[in-house]
Amino acid sequence: MQLRKNIATSEDGFLFNPSTGDSWSANSMAAEWFAWLKEGRSREEIMDLITEKYEVERSRVELDWEDLMKQLQEARLLQS
Amino acid sequence: MSKLRYESPAIRKLNAGGMNKFGTRTEYEPVYPKVQFAWSYKTNYLDAVCRIFHQEGSWAEVVSGFEYEKALGNGVPGHRILFNGPEKTEAELRRAVELDSLIHIDHFDELYQLTDIAAGMGRKPRVAIRVNMDTGTYPLWDRFGFNYENGQAMEALTRIVSSGRLELIGLHCHIGTYMMSVEAYRKAIQKLGSLAVHSRDAWGIDIRYIDIGGGFPSGNQLRGAHATPTDALPSIDEYAEAITDELQRTGFAPDALPLLMLETGRALIDEAGYLLGSVLATKRLSDGRRANIMDFGVNILFTSFWYEHRISPAQPFSHHTEDVTIYGPLCMNIDMVRQHASLPLLNKGDRVVVHNVGAYNMTQWMQFIQMRPRVVLIDEQGAVHLIREAEDLAFIKLQERIPPHLADA
Ligand SMILES: Cc1ncc(COP(=O)(O)O)c(C=O)c1O
Repeated sequence: MQLRKNIATSEDGFLFNPSTGDSWSANSMAAEWFAWLKEGRSREEIMDLITEKYEVERSRVELDWEDLMKQLQEARLLQS
Repeated sequence: MSKLRYESPAIRKLNAGGMNKFGTRTEYEPVYPKVQFAWSYKTNYLDAVCRIFHQEGSWAEVVSGFEYEKALGNGVPGHRILFNGPEKTEAELRRAVELDSLIHIDHFDELYQLTDIAAGMGRKPRVAIRVNMDTGTYPLWDRFGFNYENGQAMEALTRIVSSGRLELIGLHCHIGTYMMSVEAYRKAIQKLGSLAVHSRDAWGIDIRYIDIGGGFPSGNQLRGAHATPTDALPSIDEYAEAITDELQRTGFAPDALPLLMLETGRALIDEAGYLLGSVLATKRLSDGRRANIMDFGVNILFTSFWYEHRISPAQPFSHHTEDVTIYGPLCMNIDMVRQHASLPLLNKGDRVVVHNVGAYNMTQWMQFIQMRPRVVLIDEQGAVHLIREAEDLAFIKLQERIPPHLADA
């Protein structure tokens, strides 16, 4: 799973799609996930990082991952 | 080491995208090379809100001396204020000339008055005319500006040019509000474009900007059984495509395209506003239907005259819903927010959220029977800022005067 190549992201969670002019703000958790995705980390690695750093069950993170991917898909921000 | 508190990741679409559709962030592929938004003050003139739009690069569009002063107070220089509207007093016109604002002339009386003021001051004000026209939609807003079809607009331009006292630099229209037709904007651009081409060919005057006004719909559902559902409305992309495409076909040389000016109001702010309220009482009407009486009514939710505002409960609720009528708190028959809403059973004290109230409410609201509430702004980091205090008795009495013979109470 990768964000589309042309999507601009900023550290404070601003996303911009230059071909449609749409922009989004991500909460701090999503911004952190995007930064890891950008570093080329896999889904599994990101899950590990989150459960190490945050007080959360892995099963919850898995559900949230699916949900975020759905949000990104609807926003057409994911590479097909 | 203790772990940090977790929060589900989420993204939220920003309204600023609406302006980007017209290529305002020119570092990314613009759809049209020169675009300028002017914040339409009457839509929401709370200073904090205006300043956000100015921070995003918007100029100001005002329709009264009071709004004009508010824009100056928000740091907008005079030369970036568009002064619209049928009422501009002598003093206000002088001030606008002094500060080099863009004056959009509404009628012949104003045209003559401004010509005299310019002569008296020895200045050449920068002006546009407001044009009204048939764009194939109903109703025609022909009470504002000069009509295109009957030749008035052309006559106004001719008088401006022949006076030699006014500098004609723009053409303006605002064809209506909550316009559901993209085609209407194409027609408007064609008509303004033909006036611009005429100005160039007949008088050698290059019209430097075309101001298409506002009018794009927001995500609110219009009142009435036959209203178009909001998901069937054209998107901002479609309006942007039609307007910028038509501008490029209108007979301007590619290197002499006019600036596209937009006065978009509702579409940029409506969805940013929410009203929080609570249930005062519930009752059954004579026909058995349920009614909720809320602590907000048409006094602070003026747009409930036009819209079926979405209302949602703000605490856990049952999934069983019922058809209810929503009334406000005023002791007045007109105070009805929704005739038919489908809501779960609510009880006294329950909280509700009214959606999409950002446009025209915080300007058209009225202090009637009840006082107006606080307004807060939530910034991008989630911090809450008070931007308008709740009214109190002292505020209301501030403007009142007691004649001496009534002084002893
Ligand atoms: C001259 C002018 N410009 C802009 C607007 C903003 O319109 P809207 O909120 O429909 O975008 C209005 C609103 O009535 C207006 O009268």
